[in-house]
Amino acid sequence: MGLGTYDFALAIGGEAGQGIATPGDILARIIVRRGLHLATYNSYQSIVRGGHIFLTMRISDAEIENHGDSLNLLMCLNQDTMDRHQRLMGPGTRIVYNSDSINPGTEDMGADLCGLPVGELTQSRNRLVQNTVGLAAVTYLMGIDFSVLEESLTLRFQRRGQEMVDENVNVARAGYEYAREHFTQFEQTPPSGGKPLAVWSGNEALAMGGAAAGVKFYAAYPMSPATGVLHWMAANARNLGIMVRQVEDEIGVANMVVGAAQAGTRSLCATSGGGFALMTEAIGAAAMMEIPVVFINVMRAGPSTGVPTKTEQGDLWQCLGASQGDFERIIVAPLNCLDAFNISAEVFNLTDKYQCPAIIISDLYISEGRFSVDPDKIDMHPTIDRGELITEPSDTDGYLRYQLTDSGISPRALAGLEGYVHLAATDEHDEDSTLLSDEFTNPHKRRAMVEKRARKFDNILQDIAAPALVGPADADVTLIGWGSTDGIISEAVDVLNAAGISTNHLQVKWMVPFHGDEILDIVSKAKWTIIVENNYSGQFARYMRSENGFSANGHIRKYDGEPFMPHHIVDGVKAQVNGETEKYIPYQEITV
Amino acid sequence: MATTAINLTPRDFKGKSNPDWCAGCGDFGVLNAIQRSVAELGFRPHEIMTVSGIGCSSNLPGYINTYGMHTLHGRSLPMATGVKMANHELNVIVVGGDGDGYGIGGNHFTHTARRNTDLTYVVMNNQIYGLTTGQISPTSSIGMTTKSTPFGNVEQPINPVTSAIMNGATFVARAYSGDVRHLSGIIQQAIQHKGFSIIDVFSPCVTFNLNNTHDFFKERIKKLEDEGHSTSDWKTACEKAMLFGDTIYTGVFYEGDRPSLEDVEPVLKTGGPLSFRELGLGQDEAKKIITGMM
Repeated sequence: MGLGTYDFALAIGGEAGQGIATPGDILARIIVRRGLHLATYNSYQSIVRGGHIFLTMRISDAEIENHGDSLNLLMCLNQDTMDRHQRLMGPGTRIVYNSDSINPGTEDMGADLCGLPVGELTQSRNRLVQNTVGLAAVTYLMGIDFSVLEESLTLRFQRRGQEMVDENVNVARAGYEYAREHFTQFEQTPPSGGKPLAVWSGNEALAMGGAAAGVKFYAAYPMSPATGVLHWMAANARNLGIMVRQVEDEIGVANMVVGAAQAGTRSLCATSGGGFALMTEAIGAAAMMEIPVVFINVMRAGPSTGVPTKTEQGDLWQCLGASQGDFERIIVAPLNCLDAFNISAEVFNLTDKYQCPAIIISDLYISEGRFSVDPDKIDMHPTIDRGELITEPSDTDGYLRYQLTDSGISPRALAGLEGYVHLAATDEHDEDSTLLSDEFTNPHKRRAMVEKRARKFDNILQDIAAPALVGPADADVTLIGWGSTDGIISEAVDVLNAAGISTNHLQVKWMVPFHGDEILDIVSKAKWTIIVENNYSGQFARYMRSENGFSANGHIRKYDGEPFMPHHIVDGVKAQVNGETEKYIPYQEITV
Repeated sequence: MATTAINLTPRDFKGKSNPDWCAGCGDFGVLNAIQRSVAELGFRPHEIMTVSGIGCSSNLPGYINTYGMHTLHGRSLPMATGVKMANHELNVIVVGGDGDGYGIGGNHFTHTARRNTDLTYVVMNNQIYGLTTGQISPTSSIGMTTKSTPFGNVEQPINPVTSAIMNGATFVARAYSGDVRHLSGIIQQAIQHKGFSIIDVFSPCVTFNLNNTHDFFKERIKKLEDEGHSTSDWKTACEKAMLFGDTIYTGVFYEGDRPSLEDVEPVLKTGGPLSFRELGLGQDEAKKIITGMM
């Protein structure tokens, strides 16, 4: 990831119900159609009306996977936004606001104040027109032609009638002209990038990935920040032949997907940590009955209800320990949206091959963040491999569902086929599904079945890629992260190298199976290792130590609910290089 | 539904294992009645999936020769719903006990009735927790002494029949496991009914429930059909279901014709069972998705 020649970040703040999403979405579409990259992060509260929402959108001609370090432009939809964030805006930045109702505060750090007399410009009593006027001023300040905005407004509002289009275009023109007469444009205008890009969120990527991987059954109970997966599935289900069920609780969800998977469909569900806690017994059931099924846990800050709209990497051990007993499961934490998309087909192929449950760990940051993507990189037709699945009837007898094999994998039949009638049981069972408790618990058979299920994972590491070190091999500092922090750490590494601190980066995504030896081989050669993670206790640090005995030199941890920004990591590395601390906790400057 | 002329007997539906129930357990009668029903309806073993939760009665899928799932305590209904959604051509019979279905699985019982999923749910109701050696269940009578209620149960029992009717089940019946012929007749009607069918079967626990015994039921049971009960009259059905004294009614209390979940689910209108459909997206569908992101 390189830093672009154009790197611009704006934020829109207001309260829930003020319609922040609309100008944000219009601008995002303008940006990606121009071929520019974007990364957005929406900081919000668990509230339907009121409160404070703060949408950050970063735009660049280079690929970006985080919302950046600073703001160039602030658009205030209410006084609260001005009061909270004016202090972030220094010389060279702009603050756009409705001067009828919002006053600049006392924390003037040198930003150009761009007040818009919205009432005079619009003669409208529609509260939402201030958003369009503001958006028009932002568009002017950024140096985007009015015709581009006009086209986007037309596309956006045409479904709601010509009158709606005209109203928005007219007030936008007034705002744009007022800005031209009264404000100074930014010196740098957004370049035209290459071909048009697409935009998606991690939740959309996870859902699309599932659809491309052949998911036919999706069940969910709404829970932030995983609900976006349900919404995408529900909107597309009918066209794609996917059945979507909203179920009474996550216990029902998990058991329903296990049942559907046993009958033979690829089945998926998504939730967040609290719902995942309710699902766990069914994960063990899938392991015992050897049913391939995929669970997505989109992490938010816990414990318990926690901070429903904030991010955290706090559920690693919950996933590692989900469900009673000692059994095999696949756990993977995708690194970004495209990875979240690609991982679906890979994980479904693995679960079908090894007949086991899998957990995809995402988090609010990538799942609700919106990012640009090159549409040509989205492979909607990935390889689908269902493993040893019997799909045709037979007239022979003697099928053993849990046959003891060298690989531990027993051919699995779709339910309903003649010749393969069998029982799947959560009680320990014999090769022919006979419950061990039905014939006096037999320790030798129990041992054989435990070993059979475990044996499936003996060679699974061969099927997945080991993590690779990025950056100079002999760097002074090695940053280690897992999952969604990839795009943030990568940029911090670039900044550190540019600042003369030689740094490289190892990002791990496969938690189980874990490349313990390969990772140890890399990190044991490193001069100074720092593990970066979005939790208090160092869940990954403890996990790595348990798997390969490696302890890092230092740690950077954040657990205030907000995601890392690149400079948090840069500052943390500098503090550790200077010997100030071995555990750096960054200060979150933007509070919402 | 039946697709073959081969006539199988109940014996052909005998499973690999022999039941480990206590001698005299009511569950034997239920197993016999289910085996008799599917044989008489002309099914073959691979056309049926029997799904259970956990408990004495939930061991039944191991004793019957059909596809089966022996799942988690209380989770038979969502598991079975998943199976039915994935392959709606399978006939799915769900079995279990009163604790499994009305206690730990109570939420699923409510919502499965509401959805009217085409499942046949046979609850072996013994009004006690047997496998855990005798504690009250959600259907235990007030005053009953058990290991967990040494001074007598003070909690009102649930009424499965009225609950099922109120929650939207479209075939609601009660039976007694000691009358296999009557029970089998109801099970056959239930399997043929399109929608959620529940049969609450008094299935006495001869070891831990010495109140609600075979004799207790034989002295009290009256059949609704002998009194000309109209199965479309849900109000009278509820009144009769509430009686649990000198008279206890069995038979079909209520039958409605609301469409089942599979009938209103657009994805199942054409294309056969989901589990047998081709995976992956068509070129046009894929293109449309990408365009929508730009």
